[in-house]
Amino acid sequence: MTAVSDPQSVAALVAEANDNRVNLDFETEGMTLNMGPQHPATHGTLRIIARLDGEQVISAEPMCGYMHRGYEKLTEVRTYPQINALINRIDWLGSFANEVPFILAAEKLMDVEAPPRAQWIRTILFEMSRVANISLFLGDFGLQLGGMTAGFYAFRDREWVLNQIESATGGRFHPNFDRIGGLKDDLPKGWIEESHTAMDKLLAFCDEMEDLLVGNEIFQGRTRGIGVIPAEIALSYGLSGANLRASGVDWDLRRDNCPPGLVYDQADWKVWTHPDGDCFARTWVRLQETREAAKIVKQLLDTIPSGPVMAKVPRIIKVPAGEAYVATENPLGEMGYYVVSKGDLVPFRVKIRSASFNNISVLPWVARGAYVPDLISILGSLYFILGDIDR
Amino acid sequence: MTLLLASFAPPYWLSTLIKVLVISAVVPTTALILGMVFLFKIMSWMQSRLGPQEAGPRGTLQLLADGVKFLQKEDIAPNGADLWVFKVAPLVVLMSTLVLYVTLPASMHLVVADLDVGVFFVLAVASLSVIGVLMAGWSSASKYSLMGALRAAGQLIAYELPMVLAVIGVVIQAGTMSLNGIVLAQNNGSIFGWSGIGFPYILTQFLGFFIFIAAVQAELTQPPFDMPVAESEIVSGYQVEYTGFRFLIFFLAEFATAFVFAGIAAVLFLGGWAVPWLPTESDWYYVLGPIVLFAKVMIVSFIIFWVRFTYPRFREDQLQSLAWKVLIPLALVNIVVTAVLKVVL
Amino acid sequence: MDQLSSADTETPEEAAPATDDAREAVLAEFTSRLGDGVLGSHIRVGDDLWIRVDRAHWLEAAEVAKSMGYRFFDFLSAIDWLPSPFGRDMDAQEDLVVAGTPAKEPEAIVQGYAGGDTRFQLLARLYSISAGMGITFKCDLPDDDLTAPTWSNVFAGANWHEREAREMFGFSFDGHPNMINMYLPVDFVGNPLRKDFPLLARRVRPWPGIVDVEPMPGVADEEGEGE
Repeated sequence: MTAVSDPQSVAALVAEANDNRVNLDFETEGMTLNMGPQHPATHGTLRIIARLDGEQVISAEPMCGYMHRGYEKLTEVRTYPQINALINRIDWLGSFANEVPFILAAEKLMDVEAPPRAQWIRTILFEMSRVANISLFLGDFGLQLGGMTAGFYAFRDREWVLNQIESATGGRFHPNFDRIGGLKDDLPKGWIEESHTAMDKLLAFCDEMEDLLVGNEIFQGRTRGIGVIPAEIALSYGLSGANLRASGVDWDLRRDNCPPGLVYDQADWKVWTHPDGDCFARTWVRLQETREAAKIVKQLLDTIPSGPVMAKVPRIIKVPAGEAYVATENPLGEMGYYVVSKGDLVPFRVKIRSASFNNISVLPWVARGAYVPDLISILGSLYFILGDIDR
Repeated sequence: MTLLLASFAPPYWLSTLIKVLVISAVVPTTALILGMVFLFKIMSWMQSRLGPQEAGPRGTLQLLADGVKFLQKEDIAPNGADLWVFKVAPLVVLMSTLVLYVTLPASMHLVVADLDVGVFFVLAVASLSVIGVLMAGWSSASKYSLMGALRAAGQLIAYELPMVLAVIGVVIQAGTMSLNGIVLAQNNGSIFGWSGIGFPYILTQFLGFFIFIAAVQAELTQPPFDMPVAESEIVSGYQVEYTGFRFLIFFLAEFATAFVFAGIAAVLFLGGWAVPWLPTESDWYYVLGPIVLFAKVMIVSFIIFWVRFTYPRFREDQLQSLAWKVLIPLALVNIVVTAVLKVVL
Repeated sequence: MDQLSSADTETPEEAAPATDDAREAVLAEFTSRLGDGVLGSHIRVGDDLWIRVDRAHWLEAAEVAKSMGYRFFDFLSAIDWLPSPFGRDMDAQEDLVVAGTPAKEPEAIVQGYAGGDTRFQLLARLYSISAGMGITFKCDLPDDDLTAPTWSNVFAGANWHEREAREMFGFSFDGHPNMINMYLPVDFVGNPLRKDFPLLARRVRPWPGIVDVEPMPGVADEEGEGE
């Protein structure tokens, strides 16, 4: 927790703000605006200290740590199955996607491969959590720009996906369903048909969002040309996921570096990019991604092979010594786990590379010179989950 | 009964008292009606929700319950607040709303003050609420409040001019600035000699109607022009430090102003309290007038709130460029065309 | 969808050769450009490449890698190779230590891939989108001087990661523009991710399984009065 009257950080900010002057012609006496940790646009407890000149942002520095739960330390005293339950809470909107890279890293160290059916279901649930996560983004971004209705539509239609995740895994938000070597259970009866219906609903929801929000002129006025992040900047800050693809970098870990254990190559889908790199591009790429994810799910549902969902693994899991880094394309971007094992029940060190941490670190760069309302657009379109920043 | 009402001529003190009481009863009632119907129910249905269900039949008394809740809350002022200004500010906002109701005619005689310069008066006092907003924002000793208040003041410049210019078209066509005179002119007019539905000015002044409604949205600080209270940016702006009944007064004033502006739009463009097939001299308007006006107000309010629930928010400078580059030129064109046609025809 | 039969899935995603020519080539080029800065390396075929560089060449390593196309900054962190003095099997071991059992004899420090000489190692990963490969960099930091040059001028994203590494491990980064705390309060003492930093939550509440061992404050008071 960063102290509220943190003299160290405020002094650093003031020093930075004195160097950054954006509005030389009509410069007024500045104002330091503290946004958060309780602020509607930070949906969580992010705190942004912004130095303003009028409504123009001279410098904006995010202050994290209000939700730091110390997962990297906790993983050193938890067994691998326990960690699985823990890391569900990192990006709580797409929980299942958090489990997968960690499980894959452990499988890589153990040299275990899940049976095909488990790989299929894993991929389906992975994409479902992506749909659940990003569909909420589409509504929430509307909410932050003042369009209330989009938010409610998103909550309504996300329920279709969450119901499917719940009926398969038992948990709406925190499935804890993935296991080293496979999955906890097989799918319930009738799940495949229901999932088809749910994905159709979500595809209709994407069309609706395109009509209601993304196609809206005010929305485009608020997002186009705002918060432009060039590709080179995005790469050096380590932006990933839709934020990077919106800057024109055609890179998707699902396609380009898919770790073994996920079956994205079995579906026909497309990686969308956008050349602009602004807030609109990020929203648009995410909208298309939701559609692609729904399509992936629908294709994979039709081709699930039969067989067991669990490979033969020992009851008490000891992971052989070694190091492995596995990253997957999570809803928020690249999420990876650098797992160091020394052959124990617990990992020796787990470095959690979460997407939002890198994604939001570009904020001081991109917010400079923007207006306060643009700051909201930028924050919303970068799309962070607080648990994913603070871990 | 209608005759009785028509012949009712109380002394001055009594009529003044009645007028005061009526206005002070009407303002919260209309605010409650709009809040209930649109904010709670229609918004819920538009967002595929049910809305309030528990308080009263189908949740109709929810807003009343909310009002009582607000009255129970502690009246808190921030430490650094300019206390006197802070406490008076909501009342200033409400005052401007009350004054607006004075000129709204519910029939030929059911009007508190039938001013010859009614339109002028309405447009003048409507902007008074910004003073209250500025007081609230400045005295709250909060940066968010201050930004909200300054945005409201900046917004005033953007929407007030288009609103005035939009109304000028109506005034030119009616040849009077009296609101009742405008109602009469619409209902006694004729379209190419056919007086079947009178001559509601929305037919000729639809451009003016559009600009007027857009300006009203901005006046009411509703989406897409709700920058002064933008809850996701500056956390409800100038209202952020208010609690309890002072916040309730802001709420009442917002919705009562929405009602009265919808009423003024109905008067200016939709024929006001009159219906086409009943001559404006009829005594029935003592009863029928308020009902007709209410129905028309609800139609206009629906448009206002529909937009509110649908659109995202503009940015402050985008509102300025919209007003100065689109609305004002359009309004000027409207005035020129109206004036030319008025002279030619 | 016929081609997606189960037989088709048997074909491995990438035919892993016994030697990884691409990564060997990258390592060779990197070594030739960094000179004697490369202290060790490890290749897991078809998977990943580890390179351990000298601390004096840490900044240069970033520049060289960036010029080789490794422009995507993944993460920067550190590893404390000290075996935990609180035991490393289950967290119950830690409870024993807290309860009074003497800490285990310190085990020997064993570094992971690409070797190492010191307790602390910097860990960073860069990725090349065009080549589809990543490099994991390691760098030894001697205990008496836990400083390294900052990467934030090469990869702007390293800014936050170095701030995190500083407060979690107690490193310092030369030339870092904005070295303020990321997570912890200013007056926090200690570096939580060091292995010898005890997990305080384990001290105030035993684990696992014992829930609510201490009564709620109000309840305790009432009971005390009753007795």
